Formats: sequence, structure tokens, C-alpha cells
Amino acid sequence: MPLSTQSQGDAEQYVLVASLDNARNLSNILKAITFKDHAIFSATPNGLKVTVEDSKCMQANAFIQSEIFQEYTIKEDSVGFQINLTVLLDCLNIFGGSTAPGVSTALRMCYKGYGYPLTLFLEEGGVVTVCKINTQEPEEPVDFEFCSTNVTNKVILQSESLKEAFSELDMTSEVLQITMSPSQPYFRLSTFGNSGNAHYDYPKDSDMMELFKCTKTQTNRYKMSLLKPSTKALALSCKVSVRTDSRGFLSLQYLVRNDDGQICFVEYYCCPDEEVAED
Amino acid sequence: MDCVVTGGNVKVLAKAIHSLSRIGDELYVEPQEDGLALRSVNSSRSAYACFLFAPLFFSRYTIPIGLAFRCKMAIKSVQAVFRSIATLEKTVEKCHIELDEQNNLLTFTLHCKHGLVKTHNLSFQDSESLQAVFDKDSYSNVFRSHPRLLVDAVVHFPPSLEEVTVSVSDDRMWVKNHVEDETDRSKAMLTELCLASDEFEHFSVQVQNSVTFCLKELRGLLVFAESTGLPISMYFDEPGSPVVLSVTDSVLEGNFVLATLSDDSNLRKNNTKRACTPPPPPDDFMNDDMDSYLIAMDTSVMPGPSASRPPSPPLTNSTSLKQTAAANHRTRPPSEEEEEEEEEEAVDSSGPPNKKFCSLFFGSVLPPSSQMTTQPLTGQEVLASDSEDDVQ
Repeated sequence: MPLSTQSQGDAEQYVLVASLDNARNLSNILKAITFKDHAIFSATPNGLKVTVEDSKCMQANAFIQSEIFQEYTIKEDSVGFQINLTVLLDCLNIFGGSTAPGVSTALRMCYKGYGYPLTLFLEEGGVVTVCKINTQEPEEPVDFEFCSTNVTNKVILQSESLKEAFSELDMTSEVLQITMSPSQPYFRLSTFGNSGNAHYDYPKDSDMMELFKCTKTQTNRYKMSLLKPSTKALALSCKVSVRTDSRGFLSLQYLVRNDDGQICFVEYYCCPDEEVAED
Repeated sequence: MDCVVTGGNVKVLAKAIHSLSRIGDELYVEPQEDGLALRSVNSSRSAYACFLFAPLFFSRYTIPIGLAFRCKMAIKSVQAVFRSIATLEKTVEKCHIELDEQNNLLTFTLHCKHGLVKTHNLSFQDSESLQAVFDKDSYSNVFRSHPRLLVDAVVHFPPSLEEVTVSVSDDRMWVKNHVEDETDRSKAMLTELCLASDEFEHFSVQVQNSVTFCLKELRGLLVFAESTGLPISMYFDEPGSPVVLSVTDSVLEGNFVLATLSDDSNLRKNNTKRACTPPPPPDDFMNDDMDSYLIAMDTSVMPGPSASRPPSPPLTNSTSLKQTAAANHRTRPPSEEEEEEEEEEAVDSSGPPNKKFCSLFFGSVLPPSSQMTTQPLTGQEVLASDSEDDVQ
């Protein structure tokens, strides 16, 4: 469709070209992980992964599979760079981010390789904007070593009910405590704030609970400041899976449907708070 | 204490709490035999509100036997339990309020749809009983209207407006903003609107006069009344005695008591009248002879009468509260008020009477009832007793 103004010659130089008819399919999901300025982009033939980290204790990843893109060409096995996410989002929304039906910004993202800027061609209503954003050396994202074999407890909930709990969380509490257990209270979110403590209990047979697999009782605390950003991802999602492993590390995986109904994933990893959690 | 609120009443309870939060920072909770009383008072003691929920409001109402229990807690904490009214309406099936005496916690448990259970354990402090002494049934002027009438009237005044003056004649009520004398009238915007008696469901004027009170604190009640559709009754007497606004239905009663500016007249009529001076600059002890924005408060530790019954003679028990125009620099809870601090306020040109008057503030426990009979039942004299009545 649009953006065919590029000459064939240019296309040869790019190691990565990804196009979307609706840039919101990328910008919306990136908003869910924008709590820090910088993000690590990692593109493989499978798709795009964008990582944002906080103090090495928390990591958020957004996955946009190659199928989501109208065009996705990658010339290497892996292409990575670091970029200012805030600037990228500003560019993606350069036409004002209107949500009028039928009006969308088309995007063509191109990258020539190490040292080159990320070039964005954005078009809306016949107007084309070209943005070039400098890239940096990608840092190695922390490997949380979270693997399914180590998972002790897992639940999958419909986001609706969790959204309510997260929006009401007592922010004067420094930690969010998560208790998962095969017996009462099954799945509990707790806060300890200035005025007292609060508990949100989800029973295992709730119709909001799509999957409940808890093998042992675990209570872990996580810094509220680290988890609060995940509320954005929760807001976009329709389902969330909560898993903890034997070390108490937390994995939150959000299933997000974009404007066209396609599925993308956002994932948060968080280390437990160092203080010993009381049981 | 063990109470359960179900269905739509949870929303009503939440709205009452939100409207009390417009008055003061603390919520006083007192389960009584005639119902659960939730009260709040502002820091300058010029506004007080009380909601009494009858036992029938609850699907279960059990109160502690023996010693009366009463407590207070930060109202923000309780508001957090009922944060989103819209969500409450959609998802909460019942609310269980329980007292955990051992741990000094009041537990609010919300049972919601889909099996979700939200439990809030809130800490509280023991407190004295907080009851304003007023007898609205004895007031000369009584009005009742659908809340819409008052809401529509109030909308014409800016949200920042502090005071309004309500004047009544036999068949009309005027509402206008109160402008300080010293303000240049040509620069102030004056708004006045007039309501005819037939706009009210009930309009009875025995004494044609005007009262001036703070509008801001009233808005909480207006929001509550409008959302529940309950008619608002308004009672007032003469300037200086409080204006009371209430909403009632078969299972609840809400009273908002606001102090009014007293008249200019004699200073020493029962020590209740003061020269109507402009509100003093903040933190200026010397100017504390201000206007008498006063509400008698019964902060005794004895089980007090509920606010809706005729007051026990307030005088020695009662504490008259003064308003400093700026937020009162003293924001201690009443039980901690020291008498000597009151005396500071009394330093003014009116001399001794004020000092004595002030020393009645937050008087601690009270003399026996025999003393009361010597006092006229001054239900509407919500101010201090005669200076002769020196209670220490």
C-alpha cells in the first residue's frame, strides 16, 4: 500500500524491514512496557521482541510475531539494538494517534544494521513522515532463568477481575505479596499499607480462574514499585498467567489482542523481595 | 461487632462514607443499639456530620455487649475499601464488618462476584464519643425539598466559594454568596438566587432571618442525597445557631450540622453572641474573638445520647468550638485538647467572659445531671454556657 515510494535499491541495504498497516498494533503493545526510557530490540525470523528492564530485578518483554506484520523481512538470524522507547513511541504517534475509525497510521520500520539509526516511514492520509532514531549497543538482557520445569505454581485468570484488584492496590504498601496454594486461600494478593493490610482472594473454582495448578503453598513478596508498571499490560490484556518457581521468581504473562484481533504477548519477570517473606 | 450489608445498601454505605470524607479526615465509628453511627467533624469544629444506619439496614447487626465500643480511623483508609462506587455496584454482593478486638482491627470483607473476596483489616484508635448537640425539631424554620432543588441552586456558586447566606421570608428563600465586609464590593461577584416556597415540599418559616454558613462542607450531603434521591430537610433558627440538613429514610438518617455566623449584636448574651468580625488572619491568637462559628460537641466518655434525641443539656459537657477562618492550626483530636490551649484563643478585647467561655472547650467529663436542671434547655444555644457557670 503506502510507502512504496522507496526504491528497490534501498531495500537491499536493510537487514530488517517490518511493515504494519496500523502502527497502533505496535505502539499499543509498546506502551504496556514503557516504564523506562530505553528498550532492547531483538528481532529474529520469528518476530520482534522488545525488552525493558528495571534495576536488574524486573524485566518486561513484548512479543510481536512476524505474522502480525504485513511485511517482515530479516536478513540475519538475529538483529539487535537498543533504542529510546519514549522517542520511538512519540514517532509512532506522530500523527496524533487519533482513534477515528478507518484512519490509521501505516508504518514501515527499516534497519540497516549495527551503527545505523532505525528508520521509520509513517503515513497517514497521504502524508509521509520519515523518522530516524539513533540506536545504541544492545545490552544483554538479564536471563531470569525462569523455565517451565521449575514452575511450582501456575494460575491463569481472566484479566477483568485482576484489573479491579490492581487498580485498588494500596500504594502505601511497599510490597505486593502473592500467596499461591493448593489449599485456602488458593490465590491471594496482599498489601501492607499505612492504614492496615488488605487481601484479595481468588478461589480456585472461580469462573474467572481458567487454570489452577498449584503444587505447594508459596508466599512471596515483590516490590510494589517494580510491579506497578505491569498494570498497563494488564489493562490491555484479556488473560493473564501467573507463575512462580521454586526460587520465588514471578512470571506474569499477558495475552493481548490488538486492534485486528491478533494475539501478542507481554511478559513480566520479577525477583522476590530480599527480606524473608512471612508465612 | 459483626454486621453484614448486602446488595444495594453497600453502595449507600460507601456513598455515606465518601460524603463524610468531605467534612473531616477521621471517621468515628460507634455501633449503637439503635444502629451504626458514622460521624465526622472538621478540624475547626464548624461542621459535623453523622449517618445513623438502623439495624434494619443490615442483614445482620450484632454489636458488642457491655461496654460501648467506639473508635476512629483515617477516613481515607475506609474510602479505599469502597474506592470505586461503580465497581461496587456491579460486583459486590455483600460487605461484612467485623471487629477484631484483640488486634485492634476493624475488618471490612467484601464478597464479590466470581468468588473474589476482598478483605481490608484497618487499624483504629479508641476515641471518645463524638456527638454534636442540637435539636433540629425545635428550630423555627424548616424546609424540605428534593435534592435536585438544592443541587441546582448550589451549582451557580463556584466550588471555591466558602460561605453562603440563606435568607427567608414567609414565602421565599434567597441564597447568596457571603462577601466579607472588607472586600471591595465592586470587585467581588455577587450571586443571588431566589427560590419560591412552592418549589419546596415543605416550607415553614416562623422567624424571618438569615444564616451564613460554609457551603463546601454541605456538598458531600448534596451528592449523597442526589444519588439516593432522598429529600433533604433543612432546619435553622437564628444566626449563630447551627443549620442542620438531613436526609432520612426508614433505615438511615444523615445529619449535617454546620455552624453559622452569629449576629452582630450583644457580646454577652449567654456568651453566645460575638461581634461579627471578619475572620482573623491565620495563626493569630490575638484575633480569636472571631465570629462565632460554633457547634456544641459532646465529647464525653459516657455513653451519650444519639444525635437525634433531644440533647442532654450540653452546657457543662459541651464544648464550643471556634472556627479560625484559616484551617485551625490545632488539629488535635478533641480528646487531647488541653484547656489551657483554649485560653489562648480567648485573648481578645471582649475580656474575661471569653476566657471562661473558652475554658469550656473540650471539657472532660461532666458534672452530674443535677446541674443541668438549673440551665434552660438551650437546645439551639449551641454555645458555651453562662460565664458564671465556670466549669473546670
